[in-house]
Amino acid sequence: MTTFPLEPARRLSPVTGLRNSLTLTWRSVLKIRTNPEDMFGLLLQPIMYLVLFTYVFGGQLAGSTHQYLEYSLPGIMVLSVTFATLGTGMMLSQDVATGVFDRFRALPIARSAPLAGAILGDNVRYLISIAVTLGFGFILGFRILTSPLAAIMACLLLVVFALAMCWVSALIGMLVKSAQAVQWWGFLVMFPLIFGSNILTDEAKMPGWLQAFVKVNPVTYLTEAERALLTGGPAATVVIRSLLWALGIFVVFAPLAVRAYRRRA
Amino acid sequence: MREELNAIEARGLVKRFGKTTALAGVDLTARAGSVLGLLGPNGAGKTTAVRILATLLRPDEGEARVCGYDVVRDAYQVRQLTGLTGQYASVDEGLSGTNNLVMIGRLLGMSRAESRARAAGLLARFELTDAAGRPAKTYSGGMRRRLDLAASLVGRPRVLYLDEPTTGLDPYSRNEVWAMIRELVTDGTAVLLTTQYLDEADQLAHDIVVIDQGRVIATGTPDELKAGAGRQVLEVTPASRADVAAVAAVLSALLNGEPVVSPESGRVTAQVDDGRQLPEIVRELDDRGIELAEFALRKASLDEVFLALTGHRAEETAPEETDVPAGRRQQKLSRSAQ
Repeated sequence: MTTFPLEPARRLSPVTGLRNSLTLTWRSVLKIRTNPEDMFGLLLQPIMYLVLFTYVFGGQLAGSTHQYLEYSLPGIMVLSVTFATLGTGMMLSQDVATGVFDRFRALPIARSAPLAGAILGDNVRYLISIAVTLGFGFILGFRILTSPLAAIMACLLLVVFALAMCWVSALIGMLVKSAQAVQWWGFLVMFPLIFGSNILTDEAKMPGWLQAFVKVNPVTYLTEAERALLTGGPAATVVIRSLLWALGIFVVFAPLAVRAYRRRA
Repeated sequence: MREELNAIEARGLVKRFGKTTALAGVDLTARAGSVLGLLGPNGAGKTTAVRILATLLRPDEGEARVCGYDVVRDAYQVRQLTGLTGQYASVDEGLSGTNNLVMIGRLLGMSRAESRARAAGLLARFELTDAAGRPAKTYSGGMRRRLDLAASLVGRPRVLYLDEPTTGLDPYSRNEVWAMIRELVTDGTAVLLTTQYLDEADQLAHDIVVIDQGRVIATGTPDELKAGAGRQVLEVTPASRADVAAVAAVLSALLNGEPVVSPESGRVTAQVDDGRQLPEIVRELDDRGIELAEFALRKASLDEVFLALTGHRAEETAPEETDVPAGRRQQKLSRSAQ
């Protein structure tokens, strides 16, 4: 039996801190499984996008739905995973609002563990999202035209990008008052980022000002990188640019999110 | 010797939020194996005090020690010794009862098997075994509160903070929580209980600290506080409703304070400073031929003590200004208590 030691430990060891983070990662993953709405959204969202975009736009934009699917699926993966990063901020915000956060703070655990747990746990969400998009894409007729290795790299690149974007989500989660507000602010930030890009159509026919935005939008590079890795084309430049963007987002938003978090933790 | 230390020892705690002073110099002492009741209306500063003692807030001034460890400098040690249940610290609604407790066990460094066993034991003790696998969001208010309490006990804390643990509970659940608190104290745990229910403090607390607007306005055992308010209360109910006014008139003539008439029960209540006045009152009522259904003298309830101390009822929110400065009121009480 464990009791509180008569002489409590004097400081928290890094090993304990890591254990704390892993325990709270387990908690995040468990919450995905036990929350039917969350699971439902995670599974259905990519399917919905695939069906709608492919059959609504497909014939118009690419001549055939199959051709359009090959074009749009990499972008829909980017879209689904980027929206999935909102989960981090929503979970943190919910923990603050419900008092779970205070319970963590009153426990002898690493201060960073709740944040680390939320971020690490969400990797599972990204993987689910990627798997569903690819899997349902296959059913609709999408085929990977490169190699399995390139496809794995495509998935990894998405996870890396999501791991950068989730800090934006975490920052929003620490700044606004409710999980619902996270969702709204998240949409306001992510919607233009996602749709002001080339995920659905080529930017050539867009007005000049929009083209300018599309050309600097990280989602554009990521989508091009995904297309190159899944359906072929020169990948090196766009992959590197995507990685640099991910690094840039991380370098700016992680410290801001950590600062906002520390103010409340 | 650590054993001889007080479980909680706070001196001169001050906490300000912008222009609001939540605590204006509060002292608290709790012995091991006892319940310290922190009593006060909404907004009195009870929760702020608990949050400081649970290391969730830093005091602006003053210091507090828990089992000898400073809540600011030795926060990590304090967190190993304390458990918190309250309006703020809460369970994860998305997780089952079992997983909530297992998570805390794991966070406290228990092995998987150990934390499972501890969770099962606590769930059984709090009569939650049947609901153990269900998400906490499906629990009733009473069940959730019990799970909350169980969560704060996973690590067998030596000091337990209970911030209004029975607010919003039905009487049955309230009694259950009370029974559990009594059991814990028998095991040597020190409990700091905040409440706005005077009967709760009366039932559970060994010592009571009354705070109002961030200041301690009285301290003592429940009996001392009741005696300290000085007066006893006389309750007279005439057999006939028609005599209520006459009874009130007699009490008004013979006693200092104005009697209070309850129209619903036909009972007249008045404060008595000196027990020797009673025979005179009985004679006078008899002379007037008033037949009595009830004639009883009792100690002032904590409710009445509270009213006397603060000038307002416990359920009300503290007013911005009161006519008597809190410091003077406290002096008055300690004089009358001697």
